Amino acid sequence: MSSVKVELHQKDVDKIKEIAKEYNNDPEALINVLHSTQDHFGYLPAEIQEIVAEETNVSIAKVYGVVTFYSFFTMTPKGRYPISICTGTACYVRGAETVLEEFKRQLGIEVGETSENGKYSINCLRCVGACGLAPVVMVGDKTYGRVSPDGVSDIIAEYEDAE
Amino acid sequence: MHLLVCGGSGCHASANGDIAKALNEALQLSGLNDEIQVVTTGCFGFCEKGPIVKVLPDNTFYVEVQPEDAEIIVQEHIIKGRKVEKLLYKDPEKDEKISDSAKMDFYKKQIRIALRNCGVINPENIDEYIAREGYQALGKVLGELGDQKTIETMKQSGLRGRGGGGFPTGLKWQFANTNQSDEKYVVCNADEGDPGAFMDRSILEGDPHSVIEAMTINGYAIGANLGLVYIRAEYPLAIKRLKKALEQAKEYGLLGKDVMGSGFDFDIQLRYGAGAFVCGEETALIHSMEGQRGEPTVKPPYPAESGFRGKPTNVNNVETFANIPVIINKGADWFAKIGNKKSTGTKVFALAGKVNNVGLIEVPMGTTLREVIFDIGGGIKDGKKFKAVQTGGPSGGCLTEKHLDTPIDYDNLIEAGSMMGSGGMIVMDEDDCMVSVAKFYLDFTVEESCGKCTPCRVGNKRLYEILHKITEGKGEPEDLDKLRNLSSVIKETSLCGLGQTSPNPVVSTMENFWEEYEQHVKEKKCAAGSCKNLMSYHIIEENCVGCTACARKCPVNCISGEKKQVHKIDQELCIKCGNCMDVCKFNAVEII
Ligand SMILES: Cc1cc2nc3c(=O)[nH]c(=O)nc-3n(C[C@H](O)[C@H](O)[C@H](O)COP(=O)(O)O)c2cc1C
Repeated sequence: MSSVKVELHQKDVDKIKEIAKEYNNDPEALINVLHSTQDHFGYLPAEIQEIVAEETNVSIAKVYGVVTFYSFFTMTPKGRYPISICTGTACYVRGAETVLEEFKRQLGIEVGETSENGKYSINCLRCVGACGLAPVVMVGDKTYGRVSPDGVSDIIAEYEDAE
Repeated sequence: MHLLVCGGSGCHASANGDIAKALNEALQLSGLNDEIQVVTTGCFGFCEKGPIVKVLPDNTFYVEVQPEDAEIIVQEHIIKGRKVEKLLYKDPEKDEKISDSAKMDFYKKQIRIALRNCGVINPENIDEYIAREGYQALGKVLGELGDQKTIETMKQSGLRGRGGGGFPTGLKWQFANTNQSDEKYVVCNADEGDPGAFMDRSILEGDPHSVIEAMTINGYAIGANLGLVYIRAEYPLAIKRLKKALEQAKEYGLLGKDVMGSGFDFDIQLRYGAGAFVCGEETALIHSMEGQRGEPTVKPPYPAESGFRGKPTNVNNVETFANIPVIINKGADWFAKIGNKKSTGTKVFALAGKVNNVGLIEVPMGTTLREVIFDIGGGIKDGKKFKAVQTGGPSGGCLTEKHLDTPIDYDNLIEAGSMMGSGGMIVMDEDDCMVSVAKFYLDFTVEESCGKCTPCRVGNKRLYEILHKITEGKGEPEDLDKLRNLSSVIKETSLCGLGQTSPNPVVSTMENFWEEYEQHVKEKKCAAGSCKNLMSYHIIEENCVGCTACARKCPVNCISGEKKQVHKIDQELCIKCGNCMDVCKFNAVEII
């Protein structure tokens, strides 16, 4: 498992319990529970998966199987400013790949990695549906449209001074 | 007077929330905020020119509106009754401004059934839906038609599934109706996996009640009391609007216990997808809704016999559902007259790629690709030459010039070597390399294959590797045979629709662009100039004046040369980004 060792506090455990309870601790609701849990913690390390398993009455193996099956779930923390490059077809034919290359080059990280200071991470998205703005890049919830490789440094500069 | 502001995700992304706010503030300043309402609607479809603001009742259509423009719209248009010229759409051909959207080429050939309310009503207000015949169809089904006549109407309308397969909807409902069980389910497939398609999302964002109403009708017709919407977690706005719509419908007694006093109970819950393309396939989707890994299973049994929790389940796509209330209201015959004999009604397409008017369109079945790309889409961007159009997403194929006059319907597209799919339509121009496009889709499939069956898990990976080798300039003639043979094995032996169709992008590009594959393999050339290993940038000595522009722009500092001296590109270091070529004013950079 490519996961960091984390120590959970009692309040974290309680939070997971609370989420599971919202879904009646129903095994069928496992994916919805994982969504809410990831929303809260940012990622789903093994330690969290163990508690989810217990609370939804399924085996740890199954939770792990589900987490690793779906690309939306991640076992490593994303950067504080997660950069997502849309690699849907519309963005692809309008040059998303060159934009992605430029982000990788400037930040020195690969897709799925987080920069050493924990600030940035790069991910690819499959179509955010803003094809009129292709190629599209998202940093957190903020969307940038018609991005060219030239514009990459401007985007990064917006976050350089931030914590 | 009303001001409609597009609240679709595409426009939202370009600072739209601020426009509604700015308009409200401007109205307030002029003391008009009680008289004039700003309504945030669903997608207008013309995403290329977003954000869009439409003024009712005079139908003035403003494009590329920024929050700063709110003031002038209020001052000029609302107060003085003069249209704001600079925000009007300019017809690129006639070079004249058009203010009424109905007169724009983009809208002229469209007929909006599934999108009837998108860009027209406020999706967060159920009253606006009701004012446009909303929930009348449900009333008619519960009070008048009953299950059999409803199913009969669906059958007569000729409606086929818009999720890709094109299976007759009425027939599917009949199966689910006939199969006896204590419990049955209705499922709305809102997984929209095709990367480059956004119609389902736009419908849910722009008109969630139409889907809720149709699912309830579906529930009554087959005898189900629970509906589930399986929706991508990547669609937060659609989820939010759907949740709100569900609440409102319950409040109005249109959902929940004893719907419209008929004694029929129906509830709808949401289940979230988590980023797996294969979950769009109905058996995989059902497993995912049960909290499992989304792996498909062999059909039969079909969901109509054994679906969610092993009970009879009817799965339909969002767009399929959105058509249903209109069919019930206006009648099967009305619907069947639109389109052509075997494919009735309309189809929504997400038109994108190298086309001037990117957007969401709805056209009658039987419209030709040429009409869609050139009349509605406004032709190819930057005056380039049309090369191909891809339909059907990762399961589809690339069609060419010779298919442009083919009327679009389920059967014609399959005959031409592609498929309808869910409605993604990506236009490509002369700069797109078809081998790379095939590779792009295979990259997608390899990533998305669930791994359950070997042909799909391993075969697609091999296909990808061969394509990669060809684009790297290392292809050998026998690779082309391998691509062919492997494609047919994968198609024949895969377990689900994902593997059975995944070689289609390869097969169709080989069929239609054979010479391009040969060129890559034999001449080690990529005419589109897209495969980096098959090209290099060079400075033409005679043209170079030594302005240093390229050297300054080069991101890896691989261009050397003194001022006023001829420059040189270090091929070892060059990353082939093309910046030097873009920036050179003297045409001194060439690709070899
Ligand atoms: C690999 C694969 C992906 C699919 N993705 C979708 C999808 O994203 N949305 C959808 O509605 N149907 C999708 N389908 C089709 C569904 O299996 C199913 O046929 C459809 O939801 C039925 O609804 P309809 O009859 O209204 O089209 C997919 C099928 C396959 C094989």
